[in-house]
Amino acid sequence: MRLALSLFITLAATVSAVPVEAERRGGAGLLAVQSLVLSVFEWFGQFGIFCQRVLKGTFSAPFEGREFLRQLDNIGSQSLPLVAVAGAAIGVVLGLQTRESLTRFGATSMLPSVIIYSLMKEMGPIVTGLIVSGRVGAGIGAELGSMKVTEQIDAMAVSGVNPYKYLASTRILACLVALPLLTLVADAAGVLMGWLSSTLVKPISLGLFLNMGLNGVSFGDFLPATLKTSIFGLIIGAVSSYQGMSSRGGTEGVGRSATSAVVISSLFLIVADVFLVRLILLFFK
Amino acid sequence: MENTDNTLPIAIAHLSKSFGGRKVLDGIDLTIPRGQTLSLLGRSGTGKSVLLRLLIGLDKPDSGSIRIDGEEITSLGMDRLNRIRQKLGFLFQQAALYDSLTLGENVEFPLKRQTTLSPAERTEKVRALLASVGLERDVDKLPSEISGGMKKRAGLARALALDPAIVFFDEPTAGLDPITAAEIGQLITDLSKQRGMTSVVATHDMHSVRCFSDRAVLLDKGRVLIDGSFDDLKNSSDPFVSEFLTAAV
Ligand SMILES: Nc1ncnc2c1ncn2[C@@H]1O[C@H](COP(=O)(O)OP(=O)(O)OP(=O)(O)O)[C@@H](O)[C@H]1O
Ligand SMILES: [Mg+2]
Repeated sequence: MRLALSLFITLAATVSAVPVEAERRGGAGLLAVQSLVLSVFEWFGQFGIFCQRVLKGTFSAPFEGREFLRQLDNIGSQSLPLVAVAGAAIGVVLGLQTRESLTRFGATSMLPSVIIYSLMKEMGPIVTGLIVSGRVGAGIGAELGSMKVTEQIDAMAVSGVNPYKYLASTRILACLVALPLLTLVADAAGVLMGWLSSTLVKPISLGLFLNMGLNGVSFGDFLPATLKTSIFGLIIGAVSSYQGMSSRGGTEGVGRSATSAVVISSLFLIVADVFLVRLILLFFK
Repeated sequence: MENTDNTLPIAIAHLSKSFGGRKVLDGIDLTIPRGQTLSLLGRSGTGKSVLLRLLIGLDKPDSGSIRIDGEEITSLGMDRLNRIRQKLGFLFQQAALYDSLTLGENVEFPLKRQTTLSPAERTEKVRALLASVGLERDVDKLPSEISGGMKKRAGLARALALDPAIVFFDEPTAGLDPITAAEIGQLITDLSKQRGMTSVVATHDMHSVRCFSDRAVLLDKGRVLIDGSFDDLKNSSDPFVSEFLTAAV
């Protein structure tokens, strides 16, 4: 049942993500459906080839260390403030809302645990993923897209530099590393604001709050949930780089790449989350 | 046969390329000897840029063969192609400068990647290259801060950075004032004389064709219509050729 649902979501995601191509082919009714299905398959085929090239580039010498660090710095500094603010906002909301429901069931002493647990387990990772896919996905899509349409990527290839390696694989690896770190920031900001919003209603020291809260969560809760965001990073990096590097049709094409990078990567991210949550439940009971 | 091909920097045979059912190049045959400067002429949209992109392996032809220094490049893998590209230079029609890098860094990029020069040697080389196109004072400017003609010249400096034996220029003088255009033409001629550089120049600039090139090739409807000297072009009785020349002058 769950699997069927995920598959349905995947299909819906891709179908909604590639209408541009289908639109261009035109047609109505059955024909439109046909061309839509075709473009979905085409997208996956092209994306597969892209990933293969990137993989090959990633594991061939020399490693583009400097460019990787530059991208890591870029992605980190671009999203850090946003991720922190989002984490903080969720902390506040969780603090207020959880108190309301826990009071109703007479379990207010559970408040710190519930806040920390929900943040680390799901809210922190997924919100970080979605925010980064918006911020960084659009950035990568637009940057690589404009490099593509102005032939800068071709110029790179002419200079004997593999663009799949130099441009795509460094960005993908940077996303992969940055996401767990950013998730930690979101978690921390959330816990802090969760405490603040609780202590304003009913004073409690930060030490006690953390103590009570962390009692309720184990390392096995925290680690897989945080590390799964690396998969989110992989998705964001790969999808956005692909959308950017396959961009065509001038400035309009660049805009399309940026938008579709965000749309496709966030949809894939949510679908992947369904699978990952299921997988983690299987192994870390 | 094989032997004579090996001595030629560029040998093109039966080259065809279509886009969406439209045949842009329809059986091009062309051999270019070392040191020659060949001008590629034709109306806008005849496929000059397409031909140049095929020659450096950025696109794959539908059929036909391209030999660079005797090596067939149409079926080469990435690694082998990159090795061949080290002796090739390419000036893009829109310059294609990396817009996050300064002009100096743009020119330095191929040097950094393909040579073992020390940073000091690279800086010196970059300065000399930019000076040769009159941009020595703009090393630290970003592409967004300079004019179209300056971009073109910076792109030219980058194309020449690795002292390539063969260079493809896509409209090197378009958008330049006549004096600068003549200087660029002279630069290309000097390089072919000094180093035996072979060049293919897609251009609309008849003055450069007359003064700086050894040979003119006029493309029309995907084929080579005229292949000869500028005088051959001038003396041709083909109505399209005379119209092309009259309109240009
Ligand atoms: N990637 C592409 N996809 C589809 N069509 C293309 C592509 N590249 C080139 N063409 C088509 O090929 C034809 C030749 O284009 P090309 O850019 O080579 O012209 P050109 O001779 O360089 O013209 P100009 O003098 O204006 O630069 C054009 O009709 C163009 O529409
Ligand atoms: Mg052109």
